[in-house]
Amino acid sequence: MQKIGVFVCWCGSNIAATVDVKAVAEAARKVPGVVFSADYQYMCSEAGQGLIKDAIKEHGLTGVVVCSCSPRMHEATFRKAVQAVGLNPYMLEVANIREQCSWVHKDMATATEKAIALMQAAVAKVTLNTPLTAGMTPVTKRALVIGGGIAGMQTALDIADAGYEVDIVEAKPTIGGKMAQLDKTFPTLDCSSCIVTPKMVEVGQHEKIHIYSYSEVTQIKGFVGNFNVTIKRKARYVDEAKCTGCGACTEKCPSRKAPNEFNMGLNNRTAVYIPFAQAVPKVATIDPEYCIKLTKGKCGACAKICEAGAINYEAKDEYIEVEYGAIVAATGFEMIDVSPYDEYAYTQSPDVVTSLEYERLMNAAGPTGGHLLRPSDGKEPKTIVFVQCVGSRESCSGGEMRGKPYCSKVCCMYTAKHAMLTKDHYPDTDIYVFYIDVRTPGKNFDEFYRRAVEQYGVHYIKGAVGKVTPEGGKLKVQASDLILNEQLHIDADMVVLAGAIEPNKSARPLATMLTASMDTNDFFTEAHPKLRPVESPTAGVFLSGMCQGPKDIPETVAQAGAAASKVIGLLAKDHLVGNPCVAHSDEWMCNGCSQCETVCPYGAITYEEKEFRMPDRTTKVRRVAQVNPAVCQGCGACTVTCPSGAMDLNGFSNAEIMAEVDALCR
Amino acid sequence: MQNELKWRGLELLKNGTIDRILGWRAGQFVYDITPDVFTDPEDLEKNFVYNEFCGANLSKYLIAESAKEGKVAVFLKPCDTYSFNQLCTEHRIHRENVYVIGIECYGKVSVDALRQRGIDGITGIRSEMGSLKIDTIYGEESVPAMEVYAERCRNCKSKKHVVFDELIGADGEVVDDCDRFDMVEKLEQMSAQERFEFWRGELSRCIRCNACRNVCPACSCEKCVFDNPKSGVLNKAAADSFEENMFHIIRAYHVAGRCTDCGECSRVCPEHIPLHLLNRKFIKDYNELYGDFVAGESVGQMSPVADFTTDRDAEPSVVQKGGDQ
Repeated sequence: MQKIGVFVCWCGSNIAATVDVKAVAEAARKVPGVVFSADYQYMCSEAGQGLIKDAIKEHGLTGVVVCSCSPRMHEATFRKAVQAVGLNPYMLEVANIREQCSWVHKDMATATEKAIALMQAAVAKVTLNTPLTAGMTPVTKRALVIGGGIAGMQTALDIADAGYEVDIVEAKPTIGGKMAQLDKTFPTLDCSSCIVTPKMVEVGQHEKIHIYSYSEVTQIKGFVGNFNVTIKRKARYVDEAKCTGCGACTEKCPSRKAPNEFNMGLNNRTAVYIPFAQAVPKVATIDPEYCIKLTKGKCGACAKICEAGAINYEAKDEYIEVEYGAIVAATGFEMIDVSPYDEYAYTQSPDVVTSLEYERLMNAAGPTGGHLLRPSDGKEPKTIVFVQCVGSRESCSGGEMRGKPYCSKVCCMYTAKHAMLTKDHYPDTDIYVFYIDVRTPGKNFDEFYRRAVEQYGVHYIKGAVGKVTPEGGKLKVQASDLILNEQLHIDADMVVLAGAIEPNKSARPLATMLTASMDTNDFFTEAHPKLRPVESPTAGVFLSGMCQGPKDIPETVAQAGAAASKVIGLLAKDHLVGNPCVAHSDEWMCNGCSQCETVCPYGAITYEEKEFRMPDRTTKVRRVAQVNPAVCQGCGACTVTCPSGAMDLNGFSNAEIMAEVDALCR
Repeated sequence: MQNELKWRGLELLKNGTIDRILGWRAGQFVYDITPDVFTDPEDLEKNFVYNEFCGANLSKYLIAESAKEGKVAVFLKPCDTYSFNQLCTEHRIHRENVYVIGIECYGKVSVDALRQRGIDGITGIRSEMGSLKIDTIYGEESVPAMEVYAERCRNCKSKKHVVFDELIGADGEVVDDCDRFDMVEKLEQMSAQERFEFWRGELSRCIRCNACRNVCPACSCEKCVFDNPKSGVLNKAAADSFEENMFHIIRAYHVAGRCTDCGECSRVCPEHIPLHLLNRKFIKDYNELYGDFVAGESVGQMSPVADFTTDRDAEPSVVQKGGDQ
């Protein structure tokens, strides 16, 4: 018979104001098996823990129930406390009478009744608990960073500087990400590529960092400390080891019609290309869609000119498998497709551009060599209208939502930047910015925006653009000024749309592979929004940059460093203490049906043929399930799938859960 | 048909292709037929029977039979082949030890349906052009076959054999326009109270003879939860009669996604409880939530809820609260 102690926490007034804690402790004494109960202001305090420890010693408790906050908060605290006085930590159960009781009820009688029921359920469970011992698993001391933008680069550098091997998998032919495409950065107006390219070089030269560019993650198996990742190295038709990056091939290539992604398709590039001058790795890539040799079988100009003999038209996609201890998602963002916003005429006129396109039009390495010329006729625009929140901050009241409910966070600031840079270069330009609110929280941000208004005379108008009509070489902009309450008609030369930011499309399939959770907008969710902002709820998976939510460069870099420190903390360990709450199968009951094997997300279940000695002294060979406890994460999918009830989960056995349910239904 | 099956069985036994043959053995009455294993050709010749009363699905017996040494042949009707595949998927049948003889089938007769029409003392049955000629001790009767077929045959879902090593008779097609979900739809349209009353009315007749469980090819656990003292439900005194009814609900959950709708549960129920409706509700839900899914269509296909995949969105697109209470 178990001797159970019940400890009811007040949590100051968090619980005690709504739950009669004395009544709960009193009720506990009447539950069979309970030999001791007490209540205390803060069970998690030193004194509270002392109370538990003393009671275990004094009353010889074999099981402990703490009625307090969610086990996510203090289960570890109490487990350590009971362990300190020799009780197995898994002989402790937490009844959540705060988040699931006192916080959601107003009436004390109801809340107290529920708290008693929850306490009884926990006692029923702990009565059936058995001591569990965790196993140890080794940690692979290598990290994988998925995405080679500023977030991924910074994370990789910080991990590598701590002495651990890091691999970066980047889908594009070069690292650098979106930041390499930006012209200047707010609020300092320093040149973006001047600060990002040294980072790229540092990453490229770091002896601990290996870059898999033009590659994708296709499969992830394993668990924290021991991930097995399959990386697809897309055929680039150029031998990375041989290519010197001289660029001779890109000059010779006769196929010159491929849209240049780096310049947002505003000009064309050759089929064999190096995305930009400072690309890392500086290796050419052949675009199979546009290469004449690959599509038509004739040409071979690049192979002829290449002195290094790096061109290989026969190249195939390759798959490599690598072991990692930790994985960082740094998949970044994209701007939404603004073409559905037909009122802004993006698809009707080349002079309606997105902010990222405008960024390239301003950039010295861009399609116009840094001379701001409008795409339609190559003339300097005299009047420019900026439209904020295109697809951001939408509400779904009143029909279907086209865009995103959230604020994309960076648009207000980069639009102020665009406006000022334009005015700097072309002071006689008229600039209008239509906004919902101007949001400028951040160091030196508001000063920056005010400079645009006060010093540069940019027309900030609170209001919405209703329609843009291309007409006679102009863009007729119809808008409303909400403050003056009047309609405006502006003949603009260019319209710039600050499209909403959305997570990169590769994030959703990656999250599935990682079994990491996402929110409805496809941003990765954090393990805790405040206290664990760079960790995914999936152990060993960390988050860096925009894939977790919109943020600017300094925030991204800060988060990248934070994610790196979490990775370092993990890789610094030689062993991880496993989770003893793993599944096991009762071989006598197992039918061998394989359903558990197919539902297991971790590949922890295999089947074996075993000889069974039957009651009639015959031998029967049966196919039965085996769980690898090092791989099992204790999700319990197998236990609910098993038709015969052979699968059970340590610490959450079917009998324990049924006992809880029975106690609640009593 | 009976002779064709018998001669082929004898041939296979004699030429050593197989060691045993799983078929139907004649009983005291013409409709009283028992699945059995024949090893002796003489026995097969004398006692093997195949007629319109041979409804029993022989797949489940292969769990035990295919585990034995040697090769066993089995006669499977189209609907039985789905059960066979499902059991192969679950690694319950040693496929290499089985020789599957697919047999053509138009439907099997429910002896109860005949009795309801006042036909008793049956001594023989044969089918003639869509009607059945039944010999009785009182004379010959003729009935339209469709009216006395078992429910599962009237709503036959497939005349196609999804597996066979050889075929006797012709192979058919999956019946796309069968009405097997009509009654489920009617139940769905009932109010929760009406539905509850319906099921109470049906399930209250249950005598817990376990026939449905014992015959069900999906109910093939090494140790059934209802026979397991550790499960906490073995021989448990029911607090009320509804608890007793839970047996069928638990069973339906256990076979969900694996039930091929072979209809054996309803066939063997001595109380004529339409147990297949519980299973069909699950099948219908699976089809609606996850796309069409037919258990046993092929070997190795897992039910949508027993499959971890990263290819498709794992969450069903429809989430409905049950009942209107």
